[in-house]
Amino acid sequence: MTTVVRTSEPDYLHAQTNRKGISAWIFSTDHKRIGILYMVSMLVFFLTAVVLGVLMRLEMLTPGKTIMEPQTYNTFFTLHGIMMIFLFIIPGLPAVFGNFLLPLMIGAKDVFFPRLNLLSWWLFIIGGLLALVSLFLPGGPADTGWTFYVPYSIRTTTNVIPALFAAFILGFSSILTGLNFITTIHRMRAPGMTWFKMPLFTWALYSTAWIQVLATPVIGITLLLVVVERLFGVGIFDPNLGGDPVLYQHLFWIYSHPAVYIMILPGLGVVSEVLPVFARRTIFGYKVIAYSSLAIAFIGSLVWAHHMFTVGMSNTGMFIFSLLTFLVSIPSAIKVFNWIATLYKGSIKIEVPLLFVLSFIFQFSIGGLTGLMLGVLSVNIHVQDTYFVVGHFHYVMFGGTGFGLMAAMHFWFPKMFGKMFKKTPAIIGWLLMTVGFNVLYFPMFFLGYLGMPRRYYDFLPQYQSYHIISTVGSWILFIGILIIFINLIISLKKGMKAPANPWGGKTLEWTIPSPPPVENFQEIPIVEKGPYDYSEYEIKPEIAK
Amino acid sequence: MTTAAATHTHRDDVGSRMGMWLFLFTELILFGGLFIVYAVYRFKFPEQFQLAARELDTLVGTVNTIILLTSSLTVAMSITAIQQGKKHLSMMLIGMTIIFALAFLVNKYFEWSHKISIGIYPQSPELLNKPQGEILYFGLYYVMTGLHALHVIIGMVVLLFSMVFIATGKINQQSYVKLEAGGLYWHLVDIIWIFLFPLFYLIS
Ligand code: HEM
Ligand SMILES: [Cu+2]
Repeated sequence: MTTVVRTSEPDYLHAQTNRKGISAWIFSTDHKRIGILYMVSMLVFFLTAVVLGVLMRLEMLTPGKTIMEPQTYNTFFTLHGIMMIFLFIIPGLPAVFGNFLLPLMIGAKDVFFPRLNLLSWWLFIIGGLLALVSLFLPGGPADTGWTFYVPYSIRTTTNVIPALFAAFILGFSSILTGLNFITTIHRMRAPGMTWFKMPLFTWALYSTAWIQVLATPVIGITLLLVVVERLFGVGIFDPNLGGDPVLYQHLFWIYSHPAVYIMILPGLGVVSEVLPVFARRTIFGYKVIAYSSLAIAFIGSLVWAHHMFTVGMSNTGMFIFSLLTFLVSIPSAIKVFNWIATLYKGSIKIEVPLLFVLSFIFQFSIGGLTGLMLGVLSVNIHVQDTYFVVGHFHYVMFGGTGFGLMAAMHFWFPKMFGKMFKKTPAIIGWLLMTVGFNVLYFPMFFLGYLGMPRRYYDFLPQYQSYHIISTVGSWILFIGILIIFINLIISLKKGMKAPANPWGGKTLEWTIPSPPPVENFQEIPIVEKGPYDYSEYEIKPEIAK
Repeated sequence: MTTAAATHTHRDDVGSRMGMWLFLFTELILFGGLFIVYAVYRFKFPEQFQLAARELDTLVGTVNTIILLTSSLTVAMSITAIQQGKKHLSMMLIGMTIIFALAFLVNKYFEWSHKISIGIYPQSPELLNKPQGEILYFGLYYVMTGLHALHVIIGMVVLLFSMVFIATGKINQQSYVKLEAGGLYWHLVDIIWIFLFPLFYLIS
């Protein structure tokens, strides 16, 4: 690499600090470095969990044992679920892209509590390691499913305690990130950046942060109670001692339903960020999108019991929770309509991030509509705990947020690393991922409708044709994921140098060099225009050729 | 002031306080979860909860309540003291708060030991013979007062650090938001006890 003489300060990737080597990273309080730390660690967990998923699909290729014992399957779906939920999708967008982008987008030099931010990452790593350690301790990995339902989670002899404790620590990490972001957004917006001039991704982070802060303690205490119950035999949820397992489910879902919005809201935010840039249009209905994030956060905290329609609730209770579930789909649908309206008559430019966003909209709509079906009481009783549910949540979490994350990776890759990625392999990867994804999960709706239960390593022969299709899909998807990642890694080294604003974005992060300097902005900018002002300007994006 | 202002370009006490309040919120919700559990089981086993509550010594509870309330006062006074620049007074008041906290814990220790000595502890044959409502009551008693005691200990450590910071001048008349945060935390510990006390000791 040739040394370029720069007049400005060095970028954050190469800046010299008083620490050397890896400790210049793992003890850095620079929000950008912390974002990258999260990205690397999160992707390691993600790829591990993907491999577990692919192996599970392989097991489901034929009835009876294909490659693993039933108990192995149990531990696999548990581990896959825990890693995907607590180590990938919850920290994914907020911790990686939120950390990296939030200060850049609002024109600040860092987050409000930089040291707390580093602590969050350390807690994240400790939690992740604890989850991994539990695999190798005597007793074997946990086999409760990621939901840790009592009484089984009290009785099983597997290593539930380390897993629970890991989830608790990860929750704490998530709370600290949320607290940090709320304070940052309130106190550190650049002059002129009023609430309604904030980019929509920031709005999504803001709503997410509130859910992180308000809902996570509930799961924290609930999981802790199970730990205490296992360790000391204190009677709390154990029915033998008078405890009520259904109460556990309530407490679990009081957090975990809002948590699905921790997972999806930032993804929705990414879409709102990417679309206007490639449609070259002001986003349609900015305020409505911003408010709908808040509405989702609010109504979303009142629908938890729709996961429990079969536990024997009162009819009134079921009716209310079903109704609220219908209501919460309205703000999500509003967003989808706004996105479509943004694309309509836009001068659309097809780039990789947009492709991922289009897959997101398609798959998120399927996930949302099947969610609506699950909210219907009669349907729910029929498909509860079947592959219909497995299909539904993968469509939302993976088809939605997962693809949103891929869009974000490609959209902000040039900003983060100062390199462009190769377009053709990325498009091939996207195509394989989208095709593979739908081939993998769409058959699950039929399987579930026909009665195939979830969390089984075995099935009746009449389900096999759907299972074969699904497993083939997992292979296509897997190849797609590999291509995407290999392409990005190669581009890190070999990619063309990225300009400051390769896509023609209008938000603040595109006004500074790629990669950004340590202090982000030489001077704190003064904001006069809204974030997606494409109306008055001819756009001349400086695409690197 | 000049050098300090140069290194801390964005000291923002309002923001720091905001962060602290958010944190306290999460703590309240953490205990909130426990209060929900308590409420549900109390509703399910009202008589047995009443019976079990008779086993607790209201006097010990009352003494501990008074101790904690007083300690909240001393911590508030230590903030006023530092605002007026009375460094030593402030440190002494924090020291008193820590001593009160210790007294609270010692009291708690004797209370728990007494319970254990008469055979009331999780999985004890004595307790398992009792009706389910009482088992739940004592389970919650240990968990909730235990978690609270843990918070008392954390609070003590926080206050200890505040004291050191005052000694080293990190907390001073101009910049005392750290002590304020510690004080707020201590009030939280106090407030939670104010809820625990009637729930376990008084309703019997
Ligand atoms: C290549 C990617 C993936 C494959 C092949 C895959 C496959 C699977 C399979 C086979 C199951 C078990 C179904 C059952 O027997 O009940 C499962 C469960 C699950 N998956 Fe995935 N999955 C993938 C990606 C993801 C992603 C990205 C997420 C979340 C963001 C996710 C979250 C979950 C969860 C929460 C469960 C439920 C675990 C439980 O039952 O406790 N998966 N997945
Ligand atoms: Cu839900």
